Amino acid sequence: MNAAKLARRRIGDILFKVFCVAVTALALIALAAILWSLMVQGFGGLNLDVFTMATPAAGSRGGLANAIVGSILMCVLAMVIALTVGVLAGTWLAEYGGRSRYGATIRFLNDVLLSAPSILVGLFVYELLVAPFHGFSGFAGSVALALLAVPVITRTTEDVLLLQSATLREAGVALGAPLSYVIRQVLWRSARGGLLTGALLAFARISGETAPLLFTALNNQFFNNPWFDLRQQTANLPVVIFNGALSAYDDLRRLAWAGALLIAGTVLAVTIVARIVAQEQRRS
Amino acid sequence: MTETAIPDAAPVRRRSAPRGALIGQVFEGLCFGAATLLLAALGGIIVSLVIGGWPALSKFGVGFLFSAAWNPVTDVYGAAGPIVGTLITAALALLLALPIAGGVAFFLTELCPARLRRPIGTAVELLAGIPSIVYGMWGLFVFAPLFARFIQLPLMSAAKPGSLLETLTTGIPNGSGILPASIILAIMILPFMAATLRELLLTVPAAVRESAYGLGATTAEVVLSVTLPYVRQGAIGAVMLGLGRALGETMAVTFIIGNSHTFPKSLFDSGSTIASTIANEFTEATSPIHTAALISLGLVLFLITFAVLGLARLLLRQQGAKL
Repeated sequence: MNAAKLARRRIGDILFKVFCVAVTALALIALAAILWSLMVQGFGGLNLDVFTMATPAAGSRGGLANAIVGSILMCVLAMVIALTVGVLAGTWLAEYGGRSRYGATIRFLNDVLLSAPSILVGLFVYELLVAPFHGFSGFAGSVALALLAVPVITRTTEDVLLLQSATLREAGVALGAPLSYVIRQVLWRSARGGLLTGALLAFARISGETAPLLFTALNNQFFNNPWFDLRQQTANLPVVIFNGALSAYDDLRRLAWAGALLIAGTVLAVTIVARIVAQEQRRS
Repeated sequence: MTETAIPDAAPVRRRSAPRGALIGQVFEGLCFGAATLLLAALGGIIVSLVIGGWPALSKFGVGFLFSAAWNPVTDVYGAAGPIVGTLITAALALLLALPIAGGVAFFLTELCPARLRRPIGTAVELLAGIPSIVYGMWGLFVFAPLFARFIQLPLMSAAKPGSLLETLTTGIPNGSGILPASIILAIMILPFMAATLRELLLTVPAAVRESAYGLGATTAEVVLSVTLPYVRQGAIGAVMLGLGRALGETMAVTFIIGNSHTFPKSLFDSGSTIASTIANEFTEATSPIHTAALISLGLVLFLITFAVLGLARLLLRQQGAKL
C-alpha cells in the first residue's frame, strides 16, 4: 500500500513537472510568434519614406514622419508634467505625510490609478480639455499620457526614497540643513538611479498607449503647423497604426506594421535600459 | 537619540535661516499639492464620467444596465451587451491564462536550470511591456486566419446538430469573436501575471521550501501545498490585478471581437466589450445621447475595475508585496 502511494506521488510529480515545462514552452512559443510576425511584417514595411514623409492617403507615397514627431512631442511633454507631479507626490508620501491616514488613502488611490483602464483616462481628459474647448489637441493627448505616467513615477519615487538610509537624512539635518534642502540636495541625488528607472518605465508605458489618444489627440494627416504646435489635432504613431491596421488598403497596413515595430522596438529598448540602470544602482 | 536631537536643532535652524524655513514650507506644500492632485485625478474621473453620462443615465434609468438594445439610429441604448461581453472575455481570458501563468512561475522558481532562469524571466517581463495594440494587430492578421482554419472550421464540422458543442460554436468562422478575443487577452495578461506570481514565490523564505523538501516532499507537493499557500493572499491579488487588466483592455480586444452589440450567443459569435465599444464609436457618435451613453458605459467599467483593483491592492498590501 505504501509503495502504491509512493508511486502515485511520483507520477503526480512527474505530471506536474511536465505540465509546467509544457505551458512555459507554449507561452514562450506564443510570444515568440508575436515578435516574429512583428519583425517580418514590420521590417517589410520599413523604408526611408517612413521617416521622411507624412502619412499618405491610400494608394499614394508616404510615411510616418508626422506621427513620429507628434508621438515624441506628446510623450516628452507628458513626461515633463508627470515627472514634476510624480516626483513631488512620491516625495510627500515618503518624507512627509506617508504615514498619516490621508497618506495611506493617496497611496491606495495611486495603486488603483496605476492599473486603471487607460481608455477611462482618455474619456476624463476628453471631458476636461476637449469638450469644453471644442477641439481635439495634442496637448490634451499629453495630459492623458501624463495621467498614466504619474502613478508609475509616484510609486517608484516613494519606493527608492524609502530605500535611502535614515542616517543620510539625519546627517543632513544635523548639519543644520532644512529637511526640504536635504531632500532635494541629498536624497534625490542619491536616489537618482532609481528615479531614472521609474521615469524610463513610465515612458515605456505611455509610448505605446493608444486608447486614451483616440479621443484626445485624435489624428492629423499632416504635420502640425508649426510642427511643434500641440494646440491642434496631432498625428501620433498609435492612432495611425490603429487606423491603418483597420483600413482595407494593403499599403496602409504595411505602414501600420512598420509603426508597430517602431513602437515595440522603442518600448523594449527603453525597458532594457531601465533594467540596466536599476542593476547598476544595485551594484553601487 | 535622534528623537531628542531634532527638536533641539529646530529652533536654531529657524532663527538662523528663516528663508530656508520658508522654502521648506513652500516645498512641503508643493509636495502635498502633488499628492492631492492624484486624489483630484481619480475624483475627476468619477465626476466627469457621471456628468458626461448623466443624460443617458437619467433617460434610460436602471434599464440601461439590463437592456441589450444599442441603436444609434433610434437613439435607444442599453449596456447589457457590452457589459456581458466584457465579463465573459475577461473571465475566459483569466481561465486560460491562470494555469499557464502559474506553470511558468512554478517552472521559473522550482524547475528551471539556473542558467536559463535569468533569460526566461527577463523575456517574460519584457513581454509584459509590449503595447497592447501590437497584440491586437497580431490577433487580427496572424492569429485570426489560423484560428478560423484550424480550430473554428474543424470544431464546427465536428459538432453534431443539437449538441452543446454546436450551440457553443455557431457563428461565422472568420476568426473573430468572443473566444478569439479571450485568447488574445489571455496571451496579453499572461506575462504580467507570470512575472507577478514569480516575484511572490521568490518571497517565500528558503528555510520553508527547504524544510518541505527535507521532509521528502516532491516538487509538486512543495509548490502546491507549501509555497503557493504561503503566498496565497498575494497570489489572489495578483490574479485580480490580471483580471483588472483584462476588463479594461481596449486595443487588443477591439481588433478581434467583431464589434456587434447583440448578446453573444456562442463562443464564436461576435460581441463587444465596454472598452471596445467606446474606442470604436466615441469619435463618431451621432448624437449627444449617443456620446452620453458611451460615457455611461465608461462609468460602469470604472466601477467594475475599481472594485476589482481595490480588492487586489488590499490583498497584495496585506501580503506585504511591493508590486
